[in-house]
Amino acid sequence: MSTLSRLTLTETKLFFREPVGVFFLLGFAPILLVILGSIPSFRDPDPNLGGLRVIDLYAPIIVAMTLAFLALSGLPQLLAAYRERGILRRMRTTPVKPARLLGAQLLMFTVMAVLVMVAVLAIANLAFDIALPRQAGAYVLGYVLAALSMLALGLLVAALAPSGKGASAIGTLLFFPVLFFAGLWVPRVSMPEVLRKISDFTPLGAGVQSLQDATAGHWPQLLHLAVMAGWTIVAGGLAARYFRWE
Amino acid sequence: MAIIEVDNLVKRYGDHTAVDGVSFAVEQGEIFGILGPNGAGKTTTVECIEGLRSPDGGTIRVGGLDPQRDEDELRELLGAQLQESELPEKLQVGEAMELYSSFYRNPADWRQLIETLHLTDKIGTQFRRLSGGQKQRLSIALALIGNPKVAVLDELTTGLDPQARRDAWDLIEDIRARGVTILLVTHFMEEAERLCDRLAVIDAGKVVAVDSPAGLVSAVDDRQRIRFRPSAPIDHALLMALPEVTDVERAGSQLVVTGTGNLLLAVTTALARNQVVAADLRLEQTSLDDAFVALTGRPIDN
Repeated sequence: MSTLSRLTLTETKLFFREPVGVFFLLGFAPILLVILGSIPSFRDPDPNLGGLRVIDLYAPIIVAMTLAFLALSGLPQLLAAYRERGILRRMRTTPVKPARLLGAQLLMFTVMAVLVMVAVLAIANLAFDIALPRQAGAYVLGYVLAALSMLALGLLVAALAPSGKGASAIGTLLFFPVLFFAGLWVPRVSMPEVLRKISDFTPLGAGVQSLQDATAGHWPQLLHLAVMAGWTIVAGGLAARYFRWE
Repeated sequence: MAIIEVDNLVKRYGDHTAVDGVSFAVEQGEIFGILGPNGAGKTTTVECIEGLRSPDGGTIRVGGLDPQRDEDELRELLGAQLQESELPEKLQVGEAMELYSSFYRNPADWRQLIETLHLTDKIGTQFRRLSGGQKQRLSIALALIGNPKVAVLDELTTGLDPQARRDAWDLIEDIRARGVTILLVTHFMEEAERLCDRLAVIDAGKVVAVDSPAGLVSAVDDRQRIRFRPSAPIDHALLMALPEVTDVERAGSQLVVTGTGNLLLAVTTALARNQVVAADLRLEQTSLDDAFVALTGRPIDN
């Protein structure tokens, strides 16, 4: 087994030993979908939404929400705690660079995000008759870009946070605006024009719109793809610049 | 042959010079101590040797490697136990050993290593449930898992209870017996005296002496003092006549004899010849503590 896969396996084992984390990062999204789907009025077509049902709009938002959980809560807290407790430092004294551990964590969170996405889409389709993405390729592209931009943001939080607790505080602080503009409280179609324009330039606003477009059978708008790529490059670059191993 | 060579090492943090021209050489197979008070620059020195910090001046060679330039090779050669370096709370001992052994080209048999370190019954225990002594033993195990030629142990026994500390000392001697050169950072005199073949005394970023513990003591002061209660009065001149004796004093009912060389044998022989029995006899020698005070001008501050 390669070092990366062994590290990923170990990190995954450790992840599943934290029941609270498992619930929030993996279980919360499907549960929220089921709760929202159980509200009868959310299952009625709404002419204000172009004939779509509220629950149709929420499927991509919930998928994107998981990305926010993993990237803003899971990743920075774990990395900052590892740094604080000297775990990254100990790895520096071995032939394996701590960057490999970072790679293992990114791999683990990416796999988890994909699994949650598949679970949410399956529940959405089977339980609530929500259409599967018509443009699967476009959906995957939008999802990967959204995941990259969020993980880059998470790494930046981990880079700047002084401690595990600090990382969790900054992550939570970012969590609400990011999800607000993703449309968790007010879906993008119902947002006032100004808010929707701002939302276009946030990673998950662009992400959710791309997922909705792909679900409807369109390719994402160039603007949204560019916004997500931009967040990935800028946040990722700053994270790489400011990341400290100890 | 020296396996670690440090020559005129300098490391600054801003205006503060933490290590100011430190030089010493560690021979293969010895336990070499770095002794000094907190803040003397001990940890900074070993962190430069471990390649974790880049020196501002001087050269370091570990097995011929430059820790900065040849970091990849150094990692296979040198095992480090760091101060305040933990593991994930819920990682089990066996999982940690398996994971870390996968990092090295030629790892030691981790089950055997764990056996040597008396942790076999803790293989399934999570890190957070280990005692301080067990965590330290695991930390040593991780430092040795790659079959290193050199092990650097930094303040290994700080925070351990006396029994755990003695166990750790036995362990370090075992490791040396396996042919591993050990660089031991400590501020415990007793530890340095008990374990080290040689040691460098560091104070305020400078080496003040490098010698064996006994050598350090005798260089400072090789006088000894014997105290006893004579069973019968004895003429001081009789003792002063001995070449080993430099002074005889009466302190209450006790006699205090100061001298050098094989003082004890000379005095007890003289007493026996005169049918005097020495009761409550005590021999006082200069300790490493005394030597430290003499070298640095102050006691080591624990």
